[in-house]
Amino acid sequence: MATTTQPTEPDSSDSSNSPDSPGSHPAPGGVRSAGRASIAEAHLRVDRWWLAPTATALGLLAFIVYATWRAFANTDYYQAPYVSPFYSPCLAQNCEPMKGGPNWEIFGSWWGLSPALLILILPLGFRLTCYYYRKAYYRGFWASPPACAVAEPHKKYTGETRFPLIMQNIHRYFFYAGVLVAVILSYDTLLGFRNADYEWGHMGLGTLVFLVNIVLIWLYTLSCHSCRHIVGGKLKHFSKHPVRYRLWGMVGKLTGRHMLLAWVSLVSVSLADLYVYLLATGAFDDPQFF
Amino acid sequence: MTTSGAANSAVSSSYDAHFRVWRGDAEGGGLDDYTVEVNEGEVVLDIIHRLQATQTPDLAVRWNCKAGKCGSCSAEINGHPRLLCMTRMSVFSREDTITVTPLRAFPVVRDLVTDVSFNYTKAREIPSFVPPADLGPGEYRMQQEDVGRSQEFRKCIECFLCQDTCHVVRDHEENKEAFAGPRYLMRIAELDMHPLDAAEEQGLDRKTSAQEEHGLGYCNITKCCTEVCPEGIKITDNALIPLKERAVDRKYDPLVWLGNKIRRRE
Amino acid sequence: MTQVERQHWDVVIVGAGGAGLRAAIEARAQGLRTAVICKSLFGKAHTVMAEGGIAASMGNANESDNWQVHFRDTMRGGKFLNQWRMAELHAKEAPDRVWELETWGALFDRTKDGRISQRNFGGHEYPRLAHVGDRTGLELIRTLQQQIVSLQQQDFREHGDYEARLKVFQECTVTRVLKDEEGGQVTGTFCYQRESGRFFVLEAPAVVLATGGIGKSFKVTSNSWEYTGDGHALALLAGASLINMEFVQFHPTGMVWPPSVKGILVTESVRGDGGVLTNSDGRRFMFDYVPEVFKDKYAESEKEADGWYEDPEHNRRPPELLPRDEVARAINSEVKAGRGSPHGGVFLDVSTRMPAEVIKRRLPSMHHQFKELADVDITAQPMEVGPTCHYVMGGIEVDPDTAEAVGVPGLFAAGEVSGGMHGSNRLGGNSLSDLLVFGRRAGLYAARHAAARGAADRPPVTEAQIDSAAIEALYPFTPEEVPGGGNAENPYSVHQELQQSMNDLVGIIRREEEMEEALERLAQLRVRARRAGVEGHRQFNPGWHLAIDLRNMLLVSECVARAALARTESRGGHTRDDYPGMDREWRRSNLVCTLADQTDAKDAKSGQIELSRRDMPPIRPDLLALFERGELTKYLTDEELTTE
Repeated sequence: MATTTQPTEPDSSDSSNSPDSPGSHPAPGGVRSAGRASIAEAHLRVDRWWLAPTATALGLLAFIVYATWRAFANTDYYQAPYVSPFYSPCLAQNCEPMKGGPNWEIFGSWWGLSPALLILILPLGFRLTCYYYRKAYYRGFWASPPACAVAEPHKKYTGETRFPLIMQNIHRYFFYAGVLVAVILSYDTLLGFRNADYEWGHMGLGTLVFLVNIVLIWLYTLSCHSCRHIVGGKLKHFSKHPVRYRLWGMVGKLTGRHMLLAWVSLVSVSLADLYVYLLATGAFDDPQFF
Repeated sequence: MTTSGAANSAVSSSYDAHFRVWRGDAEGGGLDDYTVEVNEGEVVLDIIHRLQATQTPDLAVRWNCKAGKCGSCSAEINGHPRLLCMTRMSVFSREDTITVTPLRAFPVVRDLVTDVSFNYTKAREIPSFVPPADLGPGEYRMQQEDVGRSQEFRKCIECFLCQDTCHVVRDHEENKEAFAGPRYLMRIAELDMHPLDAAEEQGLDRKTSAQEEHGLGYCNITKCCTEVCPEGIKITDNALIPLKERAVDRKYDPLVWLGNKIRRRE
Repeated sequence: MTQVERQHWDVVIVGAGGAGLRAAIEARAQGLRTAVICKSLFGKAHTVMAEGGIAASMGNANESDNWQVHFRDTMRGGKFLNQWRMAELHAKEAPDRVWELETWGALFDRTKDGRISQRNFGGHEYPRLAHVGDRTGLELIRTLQQQIVSLQQQDFREHGDYEARLKVFQECTVTRVLKDEEGGQVTGTFCYQRESGRFFVLEAPAVVLATGGIGKSFKVTSNSWEYTGDGHALALLAGASLINMEFVQFHPTGMVWPPSVKGILVTESVRGDGGVLTNSDGRRFMFDYVPEVFKDKYAESEKEADGWYEDPEHNRRPPELLPRDEVARAINSEVKAGRGSPHGGVFLDVSTRMPAEVIKRRLPSMHHQFKELADVDITAQPMEVGPTCHYVMGGIEVDPDTAEAVGVPGLFAAGEVSGGMHGSNRLGGNSLSDLLVFGRRAGLYAARHAAARGAADRPPVTEAQIDSAAIEALYPFTPEEVPGGGNAENPYSVHQELQQSMNDLVGIIRREEEMEEALERLAQLRVRARRAGVEGHRQFNPGWHLAIDLRNMLLVSECVARAALARTESRGGHTRDDYPGMDREWRRSNLVCTLADQTDAKDAKSGQIELSRRDMPPIRPDLLALFERGELTKYLTDEELTTE
């Protein structure tokens, strides 16, 4: 999924360059432009600068593989009372019935593919245009730059000035959508306080998994830079809006941990899905606390 | 790291270090090897000075305050853009070869000195603070919480390490014309967040012009500017991203657009 | 004959620190074409090192403050040796100069009601220093720099050229101020570009010197390499006189460890905000060092001192906030008495006085500086500090109103390079305000001076002058031969020995024999400096630059040593072991240095400097009336008091 919005610049073949080969073919310009200090090496870093982008790329790749498989699988995403966050809300007629759950047949019966594909656009769009993930995949997949002061392999660079990357500016719509999805996932979590027979007042291990996940999802969503801007960052005079100033301060603290929250929420959402998958495939039964 | 300096010094206070320093000018040059004495508590700039005093009296280096306050002694140490005066020798092991080169995003003048005029050119392109027409000297009233954001950016010592490390211009000479660089985009953010800047009243929209005239869109927020900032300014999180968000307000946000439409009708 | 580029300007300003930039803004605002020339990059001037704040009696923190109180504090701090008219102008104009910075975009820390916050500092009766954390100097430089850019943008809109009326020649050095040989009128400056070594001449009828101080003649100093006394020497060589050169301020708190950062400043705000000085016994020793003249103004117990921060009405201020000369001497005595810290300083502690968060907010650069350079976390450990050469009170003798150098029409001086304003000791915070007040005045009167001179009244710089200046500047490439044919002297070694000599022999505590020895050594160093040669070529050659600067450092060092030897009393930044008392007779005398007619590099007795003693004009009665008579009797002679 993530790869579809990868930058499609002329020399995209270069992107296959593993970022961990030191001095991956730098462009002839750049640090070797006329007039600059003549140094043959593309960079002189001696630390393991390639570690971070490689780890990032592998982490993201693992998620992409897992998420693609699960999203297209169109099976094993519901085990009462839990619905996989990948399939919630479920918007087509071909959804598994979930009592009280968020299956609203907006798309009707014509949709034959996995209903996950309908809704995953939103959280994926949110994360794809997220200021942290942008850094992560620009560095990890696109080596632009692979690491600080390490020459990038591209001849030309226009950043986010033109199509398609100028579309990153729509991050804010996806933030609004992300809030919507988080609300629905919160509702799912609430439904998790039922047992397999839809009786309220119960809690299982799955409920706990969902709880942790939804907290992390909310923290990630609220730590979004667009959110920080909307709650207060856009103001010129904080002193005239004391409440929004305080909110801005609180969101700012979260924003400082945006990277951490991005990763833990990515893992938690995958684990929540995996948990449902394991229940649905009968690998084990949900341990009930009460 | 905090205790290693003291611990090392207890063992023995002085040793010989191996340095590679780039010598040359715009015509060409290369890395020369030197063996030079290092004493306890010293920084890389001390070693460069010792080279000057004992081995290479004409080694060119820019420096001033030697306390990380003026931002003159910017160079690259083992490939990292750093201030020479704020890089302690205790972060290296005694066996390390320490490579010092000039900044690699700007034309070299000689040895470790580069031509940083790019930055001064960009500084001139950013429209200055516009004082409010109705306030005289002594009448300015601003709240601390309103000046705090811009004050962070005014901590900048203009060492130009962020400009040097930013791949937009470091790796693409041709972008220098269109792109102001992190330091000067931050300057726009500083002015846009200044509680009394009256640019808008004068018909200057800093948010839009940041994107249309100063190349904000080139920034792909990969945060190297923040990583190298010796003042610890959160350039990306606090200046560049908020500026991008402000540009979005102006140009891409449907709700803002709708809101403006309705308000205008009223 | 040397072919050099000549450019014509109205006003040339040497130095781009606070004073130079403020002068440039003023001269340009007067509509004159102004050139600024500075040794470093634009915006890197030593002013950025100023931390504490700008003293101005705006009365934001305490309404009782006004210019009279500020004037009184300044005179007391300078032990009444100040050029009183300068102190008066300074106290009166400082608030306007600060407020105007806000209209150029400066962002000072704020009070609750949105005005400029003011902090306490040594020697100031009320909280008076406008500040931005502990990086006020940076804010000042950046604001002035940005205002200059703003004026250049205006010129660009009008003329299509940013530098039409205001140009900064960065990384250039002036080696001579040139004068018309007949009228004695200033005609321009001879300069070289550090980057290329290329010579050029800026012709102008008005030159403002704003080059700062002389700290690089001392070993332990908070000053940067630029502080080689260039302006002092240029003025001397142009026929101006220097006054008060014996008064050198040793800031009480410089870093003492590690050795490579020894001397780097620890701001006085650390004490202003509550930091205390203790010795190795853990005693707050400053209580033992309150001098007689200040007894009634400073607390006697720790309880009273600590109460002052919250309730200054009912408590007297802590003795840590005595003027800098007193604190520096006290630290020196403690260390000598064997009660120093492990690295030869004393302890300065904020960690037990404020929560870590407050320290980080109010003293961010100190926190950063100690963490990065000394592995010390000031929120948890005390700092080790000791005196460091910080500021020279002496400087070019100027007219107090116009800042024009006495005896050289067209030469102006402002900031640290000018003398008189601070008397024998400068109060913290009075430097930045000095830069602004007299920077503006120098720019204004230089502009008027230039405007009054049409093309016909501007004598050209002659070829002969250019030739001799070029020969002088190139001297280090063909130095005098070493007798016996040894290697040329290394300018770095000569410099190091100069610093060591001044530090050891004309330092914080002075004795007659030591100063005589210093003069001997300076004579030897002068000879060696002529033999100092440099390798390589003229392109960005630091060895060559240093060799040129040595001339200036040797000149000003001799001024300091000669004047210090002559003043047989202790006062402010001049402490004589052999004359420990303050002498009221000396109070009204300035020691004046001029260039000697016959200079003999080898002779310590005659040397290059002529020294004379001169009485100052009596203090105007209305200013004298601001003080209580009882206080005045401590400073003024009976005769001066009766003629009042």
